[in-house]
Amino acid sequence: MRHQQMLSTHDLSIGYRNGNHVAAAIMQRLDLQLHGGRLTALLGRNGIGKSTLLRTLAGSQPALGGSVELDGRDVTGYDGRELSRLLSLVYTDRTQAGGLTVKQLVSLGRYPYTGFFGRLDSHDRKVVNDAMEATGIWHKNGAFVAELSDGERQKAMIARALAQETPVILLDEPTAFLDVAARIEVMALLHRLANEQGKAILLSTHDISQAVSLADELWVVTHDRRVLQGCTEDLILTGAMQQLFPQSERKTVAFDPMLGDFEVPLQSAAGYQLECSDPILRHWIANAMHRNGISTTGTAGIITVHAHGNITLSLPDNTTAQCHSVAELLNLLI
Amino acid sequence: MNNFTSDNNTRRSCIVVAALAVAVVTLACLCLVVGAVDIPARAVFDILAGHGCGNQAWELIITQSRLPLVATAALAGAALSVAGLLLQTLFNNPLAGPSILGVSSGASLGVAVVMLALGGELGTLFGTTIGGYLSILAGALAGAALILAALMVFSSIVHGAAMLLIVGIMISYLASSAISLLNFFSTQEGVHSYVIWGLGNFSGVTAGSLPLFATVLLLAIGWSILLIKPLDALLLGNRYAESLGVNLRRTRNSLLFVSGTLTATVTAFCGPIGFIGLVVPHIARLALNSSSHSVLMPCTALAGAAIALLCQLVSVLPTSVGIIPINAITPIVGVPIIIYIILNREKIKYFN
Repeated sequence: MRHQQMLSTHDLSIGYRNGNHVAAAIMQRLDLQLHGGRLTALLGRNGIGKSTLLRTLAGSQPALGGSVELDGRDVTGYDGRELSRLLSLVYTDRTQAGGLTVKQLVSLGRYPYTGFFGRLDSHDRKVVNDAMEATGIWHKNGAFVAELSDGERQKAMIARALAQETPVILLDEPTAFLDVAARIEVMALLHRLANEQGKAILLSTHDISQAVSLADELWVVTHDRRVLQGCTEDLILTGAMQQLFPQSERKTVAFDPMLGDFEVPLQSAAGYQLECSDPILRHWIANAMHRNGISTTGTAGIITVHAHGNITLSLPDNTTAQCHSVAELLNLLI
Repeated sequence: MNNFTSDNNTRRSCIVVAALAVAVVTLACLCLVVGAVDIPARAVFDILAGHGCGNQAWELIITQSRLPLVATAALAGAALSVAGLLLQTLFNNPLAGPSILGVSSGASLGVAVVMLALGGELGTLFGTTIGGYLSILAGALAGAALILAALMVFSSIVHGAAMLLIVGIMISYLASSAISLLNFFSTQEGVHSYVIWGLGNFSGVTAGSLPLFATVLLLAIGWSILLIKPLDALLLGNRYAESLGVNLRRTRNSLLFVSGTLTATVTAFCGPIGFIGLVVPHIARLALNSSSHSVLMPCTALAGAAIALLCQLVSVLPTSVGIIPINAITPIVGVPIIIYIILNREKIKYFN
């Protein structure tokens, strides 16, 4: 029962209600499931409604139709305190928490469990310490939130969500303002937490390559506002990622299933056959060629790579040229 | 979460609380001794201890004038500062204060209506008869309640603390404009007593009305202590607070009601006193190096009492000339601190 269904939607419609009239349905007929022990990434272009979906799942925005079921009950049936023991959230909101220590911040995660004055008992303290250890922020426990880097601050907010001891954690673009090292660290942390602690974790992100490499499941919001759900690799192999953007934009951006990320699609007539036994060398020489609109298959010539500084270009008229760097090769090709 | 801060922080909190308590007691003693009439410290002590000192006039001055004055200043300072702290956290805005909500303006408008519109009949009764006095109090409370009702309606429509803050500012402009109109159409005596009240004065509370004043303020301060837990959660912003199980609307309305009551009561009795509510929470945060309300709240109350007593002491220093209005002193204390905070906001932790 490791991958138990924690949260599910049934014929859910989300959007904004204006008075009693349905003003704008953003997405309709969603039947989605979130599983324990898995990290799920919610992908979709800006403004497509990812945040609205997260808010609706969290019960803070009413659904236009259908239902969200959390732990076997409709999410709107819980009061604030019950809900806060089942579902925790991480946003990128600005906070006033700079004057709290990391420990005090993480302790706020115990809010649903503590009494009137918020005093922590020994169990609460243990949960808080464990949460700080699990997120790798323990060494900063006495530091003020204002003194943390963006990545550390996000880890502290995740630790606070962990201290809330909820089976479901929703994160709205938790890596948005982080540098690449912190992004990878936070994603890997979330993946580890989902797997080790059996939590159902859903995060929205624009970081396709990180999502593809670390998310167990994807929810892909297509350009026409459907949600494709499944195991990451199954979705990639069935072309779901191409549907993030409409057909009209595929000339400027397309998903490269080899790379696992979006890039500028190659449009070239000319192409050279690339022969190289070292995969790293091959990758980067192909990268240089693609950037310049040159394909790695074709009959314009043969590029034989012996080593980084030893590249032979053979043309159909039997002339050859030696190159000692990628730059030299490019000079010849362009 | 007092018991869960690092040892260093706990020790610092204890030192700050102790220092503030000593400051409050010292300043209160000085305020009892210094005044227009020279009374030796020993005589003051004897009177306070209940021995009497053989001078009936001195006894009367101490028990009927200076003692209520000291209690009023300390309570008013604590009340305004706690109100400021609640509002700053509620509105997620370190530069919020009791006056910015429009509550002071509402109370002032109520007072203006009583003093100016009814000025013809009441004349200069302010402070001299119970009737005039009670009608001013009723006016202030009614004005503040009106503003609070409007704010509560707006708070259920407008989402986001910043918008509500702007509504508060707009309301206070309306109140000021109404006051100007009243001034324009009112009698000379009415305007005069209103202007005097507007200068701020801790001596408006007599020994007879002190129990009422103190009870209302202590109840409201007690209520704000009950709000410490949700206040800490509100530091994370509304969305986080809600996800932690805070009942946002109820908490918000409680905070508006408590801070409104604190402000209106002080304003009715002492006039619209500026800067204390805005500045003191910052002094407490800087002294404690913490935003955690469990220590911040008591320190803010103590620091507010100390600052108000200090202003009171300064106001009676030029004994032979008269009394300086409190509102002439509070900016001298407040403005440098606000400017210091604005200039150093990059370095101040609770801003980030």
